[in-house]
Amino acid sequence: MIGRKRIMGMLVPCFTGACTAVIVLSVCAMVGIILANGLPGLTWEFLTTAPTEGMTNGGIFPAIFGTVILVLLMTVVGVPVGVITAVYLSEYVAQDSVLVRVIRFSVNTLAGIPSIVFGLFGLGFFVQFVGVGMDKLLTGGVSVRWGQPNVLWASLTMAILTLPVVIVSVEEAIRTVPRELREASLALGATRWETILKVVLPNSITGILTGAILAISRGAGEVAPILFTGAAYFLPHLPGSLTDQFMHLGYHVYIMSTQSPDVDATKGIQYSTTLVLLMLTFTLNFSAVILRSHLRRSLVRT
Amino acid sequence: MRQRSAPGAAGFSTKRLRLGEAVIEKSIMLVSFVSLAVIALICIFVFREAAGVFAPRAVAGVAAPAQEMETYGDDPADTPLESATPLNRGSESQAHDGAASLLGLEWQPVSQQPRYGILPLLIGSFKVALIAMLIGGPLGVLAALFTTTFAAGWVRETVKPVIEILAGFPSVVIGFFALIVLASIMQNLFGYQYRLNALVGGVALSLAVIPTIFTLTEDALQSVPRSYVEASLALGAQKWETAILVVLPAATPGIFAAVLLGLGRAIGETMIVLMATGNAALLSMNPIEPVRTMSATIGAEMAEVVFGDFHYSALFFIGVVLFAVSFAINVIAETFVRGLLMRRFRGASA
Repeated sequence: MIGRKRIMGMLVPCFTGACTAVIVLSVCAMVGIILANGLPGLTWEFLTTAPTEGMTNGGIFPAIFGTVILVLLMTVVGVPVGVITAVYLSEYVAQDSVLVRVIRFSVNTLAGIPSIVFGLFGLGFFVQFVGVGMDKLLTGGVSVRWGQPNVLWASLTMAILTLPVVIVSVEEAIRTVPRELREASLALGATRWETILKVVLPNSITGILTGAILAISRGAGEVAPILFTGAAYFLPHLPGSLTDQFMHLGYHVYIMSTQSPDVDATKGIQYSTTLVLLMLTFTLNFSAVILRSHLRRSLVRT
Repeated sequence: MRQRSAPGAAGFSTKRLRLGEAVIEKSIMLVSFVSLAVIALICIFVFREAAGVFAPRAVAGVAAPAQEMETYGDDPADTPLESATPLNRGSESQAHDGAASLLGLEWQPVSQQPRYGILPLLIGSFKVALIAMLIGGPLGVLAALFTTTFAAGWVRETVKPVIEILAGFPSVVIGFFALIVLASIMQNLFGYQYRLNALVGGVALSLAVIPTIFTLTEDALQSVPRSYVEASLALGAQKWETAILVVLPAATPGIFAAVLLGLGRAIGETMIVLMATGNAALLSMNPIEPVRTMSATIGAEMAEVVFGDFHYSALFFIGVVLFAVSFAINVIAETFVRGLLMRRFRGASA
């Protein structure tokens, strides 16, 4: 009996430790293999030139450019909405009110909806309803300008997808602002809005940044929502207006590894593109982690 | 005199101020309803485009819309009303027979005689998700148990960032890895016929669900009151006994919610299954055969369909099913955590 207990005392930590090791080693293997195969092709020309020879040669600059445009537009739309929602949830209404519960429930639901459904929503709402509606309004439906997939609709779809990320992160930051600061501001005669604008928001700037960065990281890596709301296989020129389609790093990886006529010939490009995407999201996530730990430390201090 | 005028003046300015504040508060309230509005819009617009499958079709317009509408948004697989209608009605004509055709056993949207049975896709989704959960569930839960109870400080500080890195992996990267590397390794290892199949997809998908399961399980384990652990150790139980017999059972609702949310992610995940499962809509339970999931079907076919076509509506209908499944999973997980876990520990700490 004692012996069995001692064996279990060894076995349980060993077995659970092995499970942990399997996960850690798979991540290391994945990163290692992508690094080893992608690094040789990662040159300055690769990052700054367009694909040539039917995408079998050349660089990925248009894909990087498209990704940047997408996340910029997405951030401009999504982050303010997320910040305002977080302010409302934490500053204006009682925490147990029905309103808060309804909004919180919808934020949680939004976070759980598959990304491909957001793509469908983008197609059904932005492209087919808003876009086609705008075409009818502006040109009487003669020409198709807005009623087709483009970078604007893709960005808006992505903004909605990343909204929960921003809200959760900003709320966490707002909660770390000490009550005394708010009370001092209110006692000095500042109104609620003035207090929010001059005390609460400046003190939660790290949280807002974290939320924005996490949203950008998600927006850069997520491919499913843009499959049919604006991403393009190949474009001869960079997107110049909101109604243009765009190339995207993640979509580039997908399309090159599944749809390209000669998958094996472009394996180097695929690995390098994957590596660029991975480095981009890793850098973003890493800075978010650092910002957040900074935030938590400041919470402990107060 | 001064005493009287002062409140009057202040009253005037505060009134203006109050008006401004009220306007700001109302606009902030309006903006914060965006997420709620988006859910409503998703329901309206995804469901609206999907409603095309219930509309009577041009030639064989015999399907009674009123009757068909009752299954709106439901899982079609277990609706007795629909399964009662003959499957091949009007198959000689070029037109489709409405929603009933969604119950078929074949998904062949681009052929002479298109068939839109979503059953193989439904089974495909659950098959791949099941494989992912069978691998990712135990791995995630046990790894979380290890890091919270057994691991030394430095191990914990190494494992957690690695999990965060994995969580930040774009799914297209995992899909690419599965397609190029994992599929070949596994084929060499097991020597099966098809390089891309449900097993490869499931293994790759488990990598995507592990961070979700790990993080939420860790939260659940850490929210178990310290007094439970101390009481168990004080009674002479060993560390592993405390972990397995006290901490793990106490955190069960949270772990259950973690696994459920992982399942939700597994069913909704698109890029990994699109790239790694072979995408053949076979009606089979065999894990080493190619499979096509619901999400991958939408991803692969939506770009090529004609707007307003039955195929287009059918893809949106699959979206409705995905939405309904993930919504249901979310609600169950939420109520589990909030209802069971909270009540249990509130009682304990009081």
